[in-house]
Amino acid sequence: MAATPEVTGQPETASAAATAVPQNPDAAGFGVYVHWPFCASKCPYCDFNSHVRHGGIDQSAYLKGYLAEIRSLRQAIGPRDVTSIFFGGGTPSLMEPATVAAILDEIANAWQLTTDAEITLEANPSSVEAGRFKGYRQAGINRVSLGVQSLRDDDLRALGRLHSVSEARNAIEIASNTFDRHSFDLIYARPKQSAADWESELTEAIAIGARHLSLYQLTIEEGTPFAELYNKGRLVIPASQQADELFRLTRDITAANGLRAYETSNHAQAGEESRHNLLYWRYGEYAGIGPGAHGRIIVDGQRIATSTERMPEAWLERVSTAGNGTIERETLASPEQADELLMMSLRLSEGLNLDRLAKIGGLRPGEKSIAALTDADLIEHDVATRRLRVTDAGSFVLNEIVLQLSADLQPL
Amino acid sequence: MTELSKIRNFSIIAHIDHGKSTLADRLIQHCGSVADRDMKEQLLDSMDIERERGITIKAQTVRLDYRHSDGEIYQLNLMDTPGHVDFAYEVSRSLSACEGSILVVDASQGVEAQTLANVYQALDHEHEIIPVLNKVDLPAADVDNAKQQIEDVIGIDASDAVSVSAKTGLNIGAVLEAVVDRLPPPIGDRSKTLKAMLVDSWYDTYLGVVVLVRVIDGVLKKGQRIKLMSTDTNHLIERVGIFRPAQEMLTELGPGEVGFFTAAIKEVADTRVGDTITDEKKPTTDPLPGFKPAQPVVFCGLFPVDAADFEDLRAAMGRLRLNDASFSFEMETSAALGFGFRCGFLGLLHLEIITERLDREFNLELITTAPSVVYHLYMNDGTKIEMHNPADMPDPSQIDRLEEPWIEATIMVPDDYLGAVLKLCQDRRGRQKQLTYAGSRAMAVYELPLNEVVFDFYDRLKSISRGYASFDYQMIGYEPEDLVKMSILVNAEPVDALSLIVHRDRADGRGRVMCEKLKELIPQHLFKIPIQAAIGGRIIARETISALRKDVIAKCYGGDISRKRKLLDKQKAGKKKMRQFGKVDIPQEAFIAALRMGDD
Repeated sequence: MAATPEVTGQPETASAAATAVPQNPDAAGFGVYVHWPFCASKCPYCDFNSHVRHGGIDQSAYLKGYLAEIRSLRQAIGPRDVTSIFFGGGTPSLMEPATVAAILDEIANAWQLTTDAEITLEANPSSVEAGRFKGYRQAGINRVSLGVQSLRDDDLRALGRLHSVSEARNAIEIASNTFDRHSFDLIYARPKQSAADWESELTEAIAIGARHLSLYQLTIEEGTPFAELYNKGRLVIPASQQADELFRLTRDITAANGLRAYETSNHAQAGEESRHNLLYWRYGEYAGIGPGAHGRIIVDGQRIATSTERMPEAWLERVSTAGNGTIERETLASPEQADELLMMSLRLSEGLNLDRLAKIGGLRPGEKSIAALTDADLIEHDVATRRLRVTDAGSFVLNEIVLQLSADLQPL
Repeated sequence: MTELSKIRNFSIIAHIDHGKSTLADRLIQHCGSVADRDMKEQLLDSMDIERERGITIKAQTVRLDYRHSDGEIYQLNLMDTPGHVDFAYEVSRSLSACEGSILVVDASQGVEAQTLANVYQALDHEHEIIPVLNKVDLPAADVDNAKQQIEDVIGIDASDAVSVSAKTGLNIGAVLEAVVDRLPPPIGDRSKTLKAMLVDSWYDTYLGVVVLVRVIDGVLKKGQRIKLMSTDTNHLIERVGIFRPAQEMLTELGPGEVGFFTAAIKEVADTRVGDTITDEKKPTTDPLPGFKPAQPVVFCGLFPVDAADFEDLRAAMGRLRLNDASFSFEMETSAALGFGFRCGFLGLLHLEIITERLDREFNLELITTAPSVVYHLYMNDGTKIEMHNPADMPDPSQIDRLEEPWIEATIMVPDDYLGAVLKLCQDRRGRQKQLTYAGSRAMAVYELPLNEVVFDFYDRLKSISRGYASFDYQMIGYEPEDLVKMSILVNAEPVDALSLIVHRDRADGRGRVMCEKLKELIPQHLFKIPIQAAIGGRIIARETISALRKDVIAKCYGGDISRKRKLLDKQKAGKKKMRQFGKVDIPQEAFIAALRMGDD
């Protein structure tokens, strides 16, 4: 059977917008991602699309580009209710509050912002940037995500971060007084980090009063200075078995403190989940704006994967001539959408909605695979709500579970 | 027609790489059969695979006109023969169509095992033999030593061996002079009724079945009605011709001559190699003895990687069999591998060539199961079973005795590596029959069970001797042995494609190695997987693949999920290439790699 294309101008359930977190997880909504590709310095582990420009950045020129791209996407997508906006990077907290305000105005102009839209900005927790928080608040930002990364000064230096622990604690304090909600990131499985070290560091982080934490494992990414050191044997990260223990520990400590893992690496108190993150994992619709931004937009009932030029200058050039920086536009076939939904939604504790899979992909996971994974206590099949959820044990081997289910997708 | 005294029929015997095809090229060039501009390497090897591997699979002939120093023109018919033991049968029939042989020995390498076997075959056919030392231009060439080896190892006079370099063309004329001077002309009688030998046949897209023939008595003419005696079929000769090596049409072939004919024969299978061709009306009263058809000695299963390719595989194998009656196949089903074919081959090289051609010429990706030999099972009820597939082994309680084929292997190796070679033979249940030296080279003759050789013996021999050892064998018969079927159980289920027949004394070691290999080859799953080797219900070896602990990475992905999806696609493609057995995915290469004994 052919899949029914999803046509969404509105969240699937209108009432979803009324509560803090959409009650119907499949009202995935529509979000806008804004990528600011510049950093004051490049961290040695980072392989994101970020660039250092010592000669300074002409923010007004880039602003024009962002505004043009928003208008161009509005024309392609049509009207939408925006449920979340996320400024990521790079270091968006290097943006002038006025730049942020102008972008938000244009988004609000192009589409309809829901009254409780979550508007997040990623920020470095340095004193300089904390000084801009008030301006961001006035511009419309209601949530910040702070790149704290560590609560140990030595480790911050080793990670190439420019802030200190006390600056970070101060920034968290300011953020909690300035914004409705905030979150911060920590990186674990760092060189020489023992389980005991991580346990005390994570406990300190929770004690600060965190209601949302993104806890990422340090991974060695190709082409980064860390990869070079690692390949030469000069950087040693915890062996896989030890890293596995840290992952276990992370889940246990956060759960014990009411910060449940609602996604593989995101932990929150109930209601504090990042709505924009949920949008990704629930495989909702999002527009990507700025250099190297990815999007999944729905045009004429077709889901389209988009990405823009990564190099900031080339992106700007492209936007000024073509009106947008899009370099890739791939219409996703039903099985591709099914795969994406599967691999994204199973990262969430709420799991995969089988009705949605049927609707998007015209597919269902084979009974045998479900039975085998259920028998092994790796997934739960909630027949009443038509959902597949990965169990705690299953969350450790999620890739294999996704692979098995994806390899055994059957036509309805 | 040419007078018998002006005809010489000869073949070239050489070890692989000793320069047989290059010498043939030079002889052809020297006689002006091919213009220099048309010259390409290895004229007689028409298949790519023959050129690449330096082996000749099908018999080829070429007629050369050579002006001897006595001023006369001689007709020289060169029969090119395969140099490998697997094709000993083809060698034999080519040799029987000639009166003499050129023995090519690489002056930098010396005599090799395969050379030996072929020379003995030539001597059996009462050939005159002209030793030719090739590659004398190489710095490592040692002509005296090579001559000594020919005399010591083969036992023929090498005092007037011709020293050449086929590569540079040095002394090629002397080889042709020797062919005329030293080889006898054929014997025959033109006035008798037609009697000719069917040397080989193949299917040609344009001409249909082409028959390679050596005329003994009488004349083979265009328009003549002939009889193929063993099949008792009659045909009208449509074309008669020779190869130079390009085809050249003639009206007839006389006694002593070699050439081809076509006669609207439908299939290669309608012609029997070694058969006598005679006149339909006046058949000869004295037919040739004929040859025994070659028997396949090595069997293995070939399964398409993609089950949808099954019919294509069947068609491709049918095409190959058109020109290779020694290759046999019949349908087989395996619980692990699905539908495929059980195939019979003359030996391991033959197996390799067929699978490579299926891959290359027909683009078929195949899973090859472990090669097996033919076991003779004598049952309690007095019946005898020939078993080609270990999976077919009946209940041992019904078997009175089990016999396996043995071979006599001749191995030539520089003495530096002799110790390792002897150990290998010993490890494979070998019985030493002879050990002799010629200079710094040793010749070891062993009796070995074919089942110990059939899998990786040759690879191991090459590796422990750094490629210096050469090897040849012949079947010597069947012997009763204490053989058992070893089953491999993956996750408690027997995998038929991995079962094999082993000697009871060696089962434990073999089982242990196989379990260890499979542990390396099968990826971790979500559950732990026991791998066991068993004889009947008794477990003799066991390994466990531990369950996958963690594969998820707590990482920030953001909105870029295309990269993640492409990775998933790749993983799915890899998974598709595995065979699901019960709950376990087994990679294809495991079916053959698991059987490779240690690399130590």
